[in-house]
Amino acid sequence: MSALTVEGLRKSFGRLEVLRGIDLEVAEHEVVCLIGASGSGKSTFLRCVNLLEPIDAGTIVVAGEEITARGVDVNRVRRRIGIVFQAFNLFPHMSVLANVTLAPRRALRLSRADAEGRAVELLERFGLADKRDEYPDRLSGGQQQRVAIVRALAMRPDLMLLDEVTSALDPELVAEVLNVIRELAAAGMTMVIATHEMAFARDIADRVCFLDEGVILEEGSPDAIFTRPREARTQQFLQRIVEAGRL
Amino acid sequence: MPEPAQLGSRRSRILGGPRSEGARSTLIAVVSTVVFFGLVVLLVTNAPGWPEVKRSFFSGEQFRESLPDIASAFGLNIRLFLVAEVLILVFALLLAVLRSVPGPVFFPLRLLATAYTDLFRSIPTVLVIYILGFGAPTLQISGLPTSPFFWGVTALVLVYSAYVAEVYRAGIQSVHPSQEAAARSLGLSQPQALRFVILPQAVRRVVPPLLNDFIGLQKDTALVALIGPVEAFRASQIEVAGSFNYTPYLATALLFILLTVPMARFTDWLIARNRRRELAAGGR
Ligand SMILES: Nc1ncnc2c1ncn2[C@@H]1O[C@H](COP(=O)(O)OP(=O)(O)O)[C@@H](O)[C@H]1O
Ligand SMILES: [Mg+2]
Repeated sequence: MSALTVEGLRKSFGRLEVLRGIDLEVAEHEVVCLIGASGSGKSTFLRCVNLLEPIDAGTIVVAGEEITARGVDVNRVRRRIGIVFQAFNLFPHMSVLANVTLAPRRALRLSRADAEGRAVELLERFGLADKRDEYPDRLSGGQQQRVAIVRALAMRPDLMLLDEVTSALDPELVAEVLNVIRELAAAGMTMVIATHEMAFARDIADRVCFLDEGVILEEGSPDAIFTRPREARTQQFLQRIVEAGRL
Repeated sequence: MPEPAQLGSRRSRILGGPRSEGARSTLIAVVSTVVFFGLVVLLVTNAPGWPEVKRSFFSGEQFRESLPDIASAFGLNIRLFLVAEVLILVFALLLAVLRSVPGPVFFPLRLLATAYTDLFRSIPTVLVIYILGFGAPTLQISGLPTSPFFWGVTALVLVYSAYVAEVYRAGIQSVHPSQEAAARSLGLSQPQALRFVILPQAVRRVVPPLLNDFIGLQKDTALVALIGPVEAFRASQIEVAGSFNYTPYLATALLFILLTVPMARFTDWLIARNRRRELAAGGR
């Protein structure tokens, strides 16, 4: 069974139609990278999959359940889908540990001990054990983003959505976050990753999708997309990336 | 070790703190303050009517005589204030939350809460106190309290909640929507996101303006005198009526000053601390 099936997804903001019929299927344990120009709708797509944006048309099926059907409990759906944002969005008034345990305790109703056990295990795994009592503003951007990833993982999601998670980071902090994602991929996590890090996408993705004008214009293996793109628009996009020195 | 001191002074100059320029500026401040107030005292005490004013407003004897009664009546102001404050904090938060819930289903609630805040911010506090204090007991509904304390507190709560709700609401709106998105994306419900993520941040930010409103509330407890209870202002009126000397009013003013000034200083201190924290976090 596929982990995620999106069919005919359409989304407009007022008169601006951002997504014009997205079709995407992601298998379990697959890592799919979404690339595309800024403003092409990558964030919007991920937010739609997490039901943070109401959609205009189409269906989204996660592990066999149509989450866009009427009457679906959005809170229950979101517990199975983790999302990590470009700007971290940690809760600034809570310690790292409280950030990570909030949703397991309140949404999954785990006991404090169970939630903390889960959190500490993840923090240790990603080298953040000594930060558990720090507040977010005392952490570097890379550490904050790793905490945000851990916070999403603490819900034990079936699917992770990562939205340009390294774009807000100083260059020297990018690697530590990418390494976390590599580790997740190696552990078999199903992921949809919007990214500008082409080298990383090439390295980690099972499949790369190029988003353009509200549709997935071209998709294929990293090798196919990066070395033999078929579409002229894909070629132009990659050309610009190369000129910017990012591939 | 001159270095830490230099660092300290540079830092506080950036923050615009009062201690920035060191000993020299302290001296200037002291001298100019003494000169200024010296001039004011000279001017006032040389005014033609000063002896008369001194006799009727600054009588030491009258002060000593009236202070015990006024001070014990001031206890009632403090009780009015404390009871009203707790109720306002709760009721206003409820109003603010009602005004902030999204969705067309809740439109009537939002409308009601909006109408409430508009209404009670437009009627003078004195009128609300009169209407409730004299009107409500006249209804003679059995079970409805008739004590002026009860209706005084109720009036203050109704009026101040309208203001405080707006303060809370500004705080709620100042929390970036991405915080709610992050909370909801983890599977927290809307009320959970509000309770655990948005309100704690909102309330923290509005503590200084809240305290500011409560300074106003402390003073307005004197208005409850108009419907009967002998609080400090009423007590001083009684003293004045007996002696034809206005010193008791000054004694009352002094009590209010003693209550308010620490709160005002505390509020300023909190604001300064928040600012320092924001600068520290922003500079990272
Ligand atoms: N909440 C919104 N309201 C209006 N327009 C939006 C909103 N979110 C995104 N958009 C618009 O949708 C388009 C796609 O944005 P986005 O999904 O953020 O693109 P990307 O993540 O690929 O850079 C942009 O033109 C953006 O301005
Ligand atoms: Mg984006």
